[in-house]
Amino acid sequence: MSEQHNDNPAPPPDAVITAQGLTKRYGKANAVDAVSFAIRKGEVFGLLGPNGAGKTTTILMMLGLTEISSGQVGVLGFNPARAPLQVKRRVGYLPDSVGFYDNLTAVENLAYTAKLMGLSLQERTERIADALRRVRLAEVAHQRVATYSRGMRQRLGLAEIIVKRAEIAILGEPTSGLDPQATIEFLELIAELKRGGTTVLLSSHLLDQVQRICDRVALFKAGRIEMMGSVAELAVQVLGAGFVVEVEAEGSGIARKLSTIPGVTKVETLSADRYRMTAERDVRPDAASAVVSVNGALKRLSVDEPSLEAIYARTFQAKREGVRHAA
Amino acid sequence: MRREGSAFQGLGTVFVKELSDNISSVRMLVLELLVVLTALAALYGAIDNLRQNTAEDPFLLLRLFTLARDPLPSFVAMLGFLVPLMAIGLGFDAINSEHNRRTLSRILAQPIYRDALLMGKFLAGLATLGVSLTALWLMVIGLGLIFLGVPPGGEEIARSLVFLVVAIFYAGVWLSLAMLLSIVFRSPATAALVALGIWLFLTVLWPMLAPAIAQVIAPPDPRYAALGLETPDTGLWAQFLLRISPNDLFAEAMQAILSPQTRTLGAVFLEQLRGAIMGAPLPFGESLMIAWPQTVSLIAGTIVLFVVGYVIFQRQEVRA
Repeated sequence: MSEQHNDNPAPPPDAVITAQGLTKRYGKANAVDAVSFAIRKGEVFGLLGPNGAGKTTTILMMLGLTEISSGQVGVLGFNPARAPLQVKRRVGYLPDSVGFYDNLTAVENLAYTAKLMGLSLQERTERIADALRRVRLAEVAHQRVATYSRGMRQRLGLAEIIVKRAEIAILGEPTSGLDPQATIEFLELIAELKRGGTTVLLSSHLLDQVQRICDRVALFKAGRIEMMGSVAELAVQVLGAGFVVEVEAEGSGIARKLSTIPGVTKVETLSADRYRMTAERDVRPDAASAVVSVNGALKRLSVDEPSLEAIYARTFQAKREGVRHAA
Repeated sequence: MRREGSAFQGLGTVFVKELSDNISSVRMLVLELLVVLTALAALYGAIDNLRQNTAEDPFLLLRLFTLARDPLPSFVAMLGFLVPLMAIGLGFDAINSEHNRRTLSRILAQPIYRDALLMGKFLAGLATLGVSLTALWLMVIGLGLIFLGVPPGGEEIARSLVFLVVAIFYAGVWLSLAMLLSIVFRSPATAALVALGIWLFLTVLWPMLAPAIAQVIAPPDPRYAALGLETPDTGLWAQFLLRISPNDLFAEAMQAILSPQTRTLGAVFLEQLRGAIMGAPLPFGESLMIAWPQTVSLIAGTIVLFVVGYVIFQRQEVRA
């Protein structure tokens, strides 16, 4: 089930980031308004929302880069306000439009931050070479960063996180402004991080990409988390049910059998051998089993996954309409 | 709330990187070239003057620092003018350039505090200025040895070393000011313009304005004017106001240190002259005491401006 921001359940035991009533005020305005969430180890978590919704401020509070007005945040068991160095030793941050010293090479830029991390010369040399190889910048490692494209800079930023061997990677709009090929490469690198056990927290406007790589998302609006959960969970909440599975099969009693699958909310018979199921999850394996169990002949199975874009649009459209009605 | 770890973790790394950037930057090379050429011209004038006019002088080396020959100013006067330019050149984009390059949040996401970044940049700037001024100091001593052929005495070396230390703190005031402006203004051009405006105001306009303001605060007494003398109160106010400018503090301290016969930097009363042999040099310690308030003021100015910048930087939002 999805978690609501205003619920304060005990965080899961494997949570690496926890926030309870986290608030940031600028004067009388609340940039972040009592948000609560927990991010589990190894998951890719997306922060979504329009500009000024409070995503970046939330990230800055997690890193101890801005003061917390009220509430609490814990990162890997440390309080960023009291122990920012402990947090920053374990967390890598790639801000939106990451900047490097243009007059230095990639190796020199990484060596500088590696020294700030407190790595020895041998560790620096080994980790930098390995990181640059992993982000496919080894061949241009000794070129000045001034000559790098935006995509290469973003990959260099990711290399810095790899050099740190960060347990958590926080990425702000990591693919914004990248061309399609660079975006695909970058998303693959994020997937590699996840496979390596790194927890990834990213903020983005690019919903299709978020949907592709995130296990769970939080929808921010005006400093509050409107909704949180996996895309399937949000689809159930917002759209009723998210997955549409079409089955093409010959046999009798198929529609009745399909309707008994857990999570299926509706089965429509489109023609003699075509059925459309609306479900809370991807029920294709269960549908195949169901057809076989009534001795049917399965010809085709397809699924339309719920779209984050539809969820996002519906959520924020509903809020706007609510505001108009209130007005 | 007490923070964990040292505030200065990473200070050495920032210091070395910034020092390397400063020393290898084209901007610094141009400024150093300008200072060296101007210094050489001032020294040439001084050496020429000394060769023609001074047969025996116990402080021949110090004359190299203070002698001027029209139209060239003395070496010290030239430094008083150009050192602020070097310091502003090093500090005006220290912090705002990190914002504009979008490197600040990435650097501060490493396990260091802001203290280390700011202090590292400041110390690197001060060290760069120290290296440049030491090179100039060595150049003066070396040229003095070559062209005057007289080895400097111990007291001359001591006095010239004090000159070096005071000059570094004089540069420190301007460096702190430039860094403060680089924290306050996000645009390096604005910070540079404001810093240069303050420099021009305090160097060129303030020496003209201060006496005029002093006359408003303490109007001249016509009885003194009739005798062709300056009214003491007016003079004291003018001196007090002039000392707001670091240039004036530096010039006064240098006068006391490099001209050993200087007995006071303010008004001289008759009882102070009782028993004095006019033109006789003061011992080094006494000259140091005369220059002490000015030197302390320059050190205090450096610290106060740095602290103001430090406080603002600590409270600043780091988003980029």
